[in-house]
Amino acid sequence: MFESWSIIGLGLFTGFVFGFLLQKGGVTKYEVIVNQFRLKDFTVLKTMLTAIVVGGIGVYALYEYELAKLSIKPAFLVANIVGGLIFGVGMVLLGLCPGTAVAALGERNRRALAGILGMLVGALIQAETYGWISGLARSVDLGSVTLPNLLGISPWAILAGLAVAALAVFVALEFWEKRPVRQGSSALPSDPSIGTGSREKVGAL
Amino acid sequence: MNPLRMTRWSPYIVGTLLGMLIWFTFGVAHKALGVSTNFSQAILWAEKAIVPEHAKEVPYFADYKIPTAIGWEAAIFVGLILGAFVSAQLSGDRDAEQLPELWVRRFGPSRWKAYGLAFLGGAILMYGARLAGGCTSGHGISGTLQLAVSSWAFFLSLFASGVASAFILFRKGA
Repeated sequence: MFESWSIIGLGLFTGFVFGFLLQKGGVTKYEVIVNQFRLKDFTVLKTMLTAIVVGGIGVYALYEYELAKLSIKPAFLVANIVGGLIFGVGMVLLGLCPGTAVAALGERNRRALAGILGMLVGALIQAETYGWISGLARSVDLGSVTLPNLLGISPWAILAGLAVAALAVFVALEFWEKRPVRQGSSALPSDPSIGTGSREKVGAL
Repeated sequence: MNPLRMTRWSPYIVGTLLGMLIWFTFGVAHKALGVSTNFSQAILWAEKAIVPEHAKEVPYFADYKIPTAIGWEAAIFVGLILGAFVSAQLSGDRDAEQLPELWVRRFGPSRWKAYGLAFLGGAILMYGARLAGGCTSGHGISGTLQLAVSSWAFFLSLFASGVASAFILFRKGA
């Protein structure tokens, strides 16, 4: 009925650090999540790609030394892809995902509370209706497979590729985000006493 | 300034520490990090308590191996709230008590509309997460970093759908 106290203690610690980091990272904010999908703020992508590369290297190192087991969710591709497509719609509407919504409760976010009540209803509907679509959901079954298994290459090659790709994306994003502000943009100061001069300068360029 | 009192940390720092947190969950707790399983578990326990005969006939719980023992997932749920609470208290971040500015510009100032659409969004995303077998934590971080095919399929399709939804929802600006 209950797992051991040590697991509960480890879970509390993990959840605490997770919630602390999500809040400090700003990803418990509606704007940060929604503006990621509007491609205006890349905080979510930067955070997740960094976590994936750092986490992946460590977890595969632990696995190589037999200090950890992998826990691979089965690839029922129809369920994974359709589930992801549905998830994206809801995530934009709520502006939070399950983990960040639970964390946002700690910020006294009432929209997050409404979202979590909705999530309970979503989980209920899913459990009750799954029987009708289970055949379709499980129609493409690759098993608990990883990209290294599927492609027949070393996980380290994929992790190295991911690290290089992530670094390239980060460098490109940092340059792009620091690009000079164009004429007529709302980013110019609105105070007329300092505004006119700088606007003329931009216009002259 | 004391970093614990800062409102925002760099996403690269947060991402690195999140990655290291996953080392801990795999290496010490021997568990993956997930949040959305909690919700199926809550439904399973509610059904067991209220309609026990019916709960046995729902194929979802067995098909997706929803754990019956309460522990790891529920502890993470509680920890998440406490961790974010402490972080927000330390920095004095009280942003979340108001409706988000971007929300008000797009959907107006009505609180009940905001809560209603948040409820709807939560229901939609959790339906998707439970169908896919995980959310942005279980698939999006824990799964992708293990290079799971299921998790990358979920993550890429959620991102594509999110971008498309955001462009449709905000096409008039705001």
